[in-house]
Amino acid sequence: MILSDRVKLEQAALKIRLGIIRAISSNHGGHIGGSLDLADMLAVVYSDFMRVRPEQPLWDDRDFMIFSKGHAGPALYATLAWRGFFPHERLDHLNNPDSLLPGHCDRKIPGVDATTGSLGQGLSIACGVAEGARLAGRDQRVFCVTGDGESAEGQIWEATQFAAHYCLDNLIAFLDWNKMQIDGSNDEVMRLGDPVLKYQAFGWNACLVKGNDVMAIQRAVRRAVEEPNGKPSMIVLDTVKGEGARCVMEMANNHCIGFSDELCGKVMEELREQGRKLGMEVE
Amino acid sequence: MKIRYTGQKAEKEVFQVFNETMRHLIEQDARVVYLDADLMGSLKTQELWRRYPGNVLNTGIQEANMIGVACGLYLNGFKPYVHSFSPFASRRVFDQVFLSVGYGRKSVRVIGSDAGIMATHNGGTHMCFEDIAMMRTVPGACVVDVSDPVMCGAFLKMTKERPGLTYIRMPRRDLPDIYPPETEFAEGRGILLREGADITLIGCGIMVATCLQAAELLAAEGIESRVIDIVTVKPLDEELLLDSAEKTGAVVSAENASVVGGLGSAVAECLSSVHPVPVLKVGIQDSFGRVGTEPFLRETYGLTPESVALRAREALELKETMKPKGYKG
Repeated sequence: MILSDRVKLEQAALKIRLGIIRAISSNHGGHIGGSLDLADMLAVVYSDFMRVRPEQPLWDDRDFMIFSKGHAGPALYATLAWRGFFPHERLDHLNNPDSLLPGHCDRKIPGVDATTGSLGQGLSIACGVAEGARLAGRDQRVFCVTGDGESAEGQIWEATQFAAHYCLDNLIAFLDWNKMQIDGSNDEVMRLGDPVLKYQAFGWNACLVKGNDVMAIQRAVRRAVEEPNGKPSMIVLDTVKGEGARCVMEMANNHCIGFSDELCGKVMEELREQGRKLGMEVE
Repeated sequence: MKIRYTGQKAEKEVFQVFNETMRHLIEQDARVVYLDADLMGSLKTQELWRRYPGNVLNTGIQEANMIGVACGLYLNGFKPYVHSFSPFASRRVFDQVFLSVGYGRKSVRVIGSDAGIMATHNGGTHMCFEDIAMMRTVPGACVVDVSDPVMCGAFLKMTKERPGLTYIRMPRRDLPDIYPPETEFAEGRGILLREGADITLIGCGIMVATCLQAAELLAAEGIESRVIDIVTVKPLDEELLLDSAEKTGAVVSAENASVVGGLGSAVAECLSSVHPVPVLKVGIQDSFGRVGTEPFLRETYGLTPESVALRAREALELKETMKPKGYKG
């Protein structure tokens, strides 16, 4: 397996963040915090591990990506545009009445494998896809992205138990552990505790990695892919909501916000600076 | 339509037909999967589970996850059937069914057993009267209330590739014999079981046979009833309804479900906009369930032939009093 180097992955993450900003600025707002913090993971997975065909999005033997935290649609859409599933121009339609790009993940968009948004349901769907691959004897990886606020949903733990019982080692899930949700921090709203210990107690492989460290993420996914042991894998991403744009990260609440031209300008300034460091032209 | 209703129980119980049909479907199509949430014992499907481990999954008692897993299996090329008792297959998982199945454009068949009063001794916690009302709000859904075991087998087979939500509600046993095995059913097509000019009795599920019995009671009084098995509450056979309303001028609906949003509501919604006639509803009148035998519960909730006949007489009176002045019909 030939894996990407750090610069290439960080460049990809920057491209994804630029796509997120393009989508969110097109409608002057959206779920920005929990989208930006997934860019590094998505860069790694879509650069090195997702076996997909952008020109044939419903290819039977593809790997699946299911966003159980469906509100992070802009992050997935930006990734799919970068990978060539649809033109970047489509990002300008986020949440527009033409419904070309609903804010929550929608299966009608090429490359989006499941329609999600009602929290807790996506991990179950991912379990079904992974079990289907097992029953059909197909080598398919199923990636799934869950949220920390979402983890208060009982269905998440039903699916967690199911995945362990059915030995779904082709299921690789992420938990975007940014510690924030709409009404405050996880600790204020509903304590999550230690998610690594919880998943391990449920019979999963589980580890914690820095959510903005592309090499650490790459190592964790590689281990899950290359060393199947009959257990599903949970990679807990230790993230900061809004990661990649300091002016967003520093907001008390950046879950779903209005996005003024002024804020957009500040974010773009930061992203241009990151581009310069990575030797990338950012318009 | 040829029927063979005599008041006798069907030769096979519904659970037997379910088992035979699922076995047939799995043998014919390796992509058929059947999921249950620890109620295989109730439907006597453990043998299927043992025999077809690649097609039959037990999710344990986690109905919400079961619906999601079914959706994921569909996305990876499978044709899922899921079963639980009707309250857990509908009310408990309504958001999963509405969004993950319906809005997410999957093809999933949900079987809710022990529909309505047929939960008998499991009582109010297991007695679901509102599933028809909920499920028919899912766009594109097909909602079937099984009146005879032959119908159960037919719908399991014919909806194998049907897009969207198919909801099949049924008792597990004790259904009467109404249809010969070769009967052809279709979604959106009701079945005319008896001709009559005075009133239309339209039923679904266990109340179809009750309507036939009520028609006998009414015939003894010189009242001729047109009896219809609606088969699918959604899509509704509006053509047959309209024709019946025009020919008889009064309708009684009968369902083993809540009259709030159920078959009676669907009939009234349809007729009120195209051909308003009195529509009186036999069914659960906004009540919770309770423990009891089927005969006790039928008496308690008014799901008897006598209740249907009583409502028919009331509907006939209304038909007369509601006629506009000068009406000669």
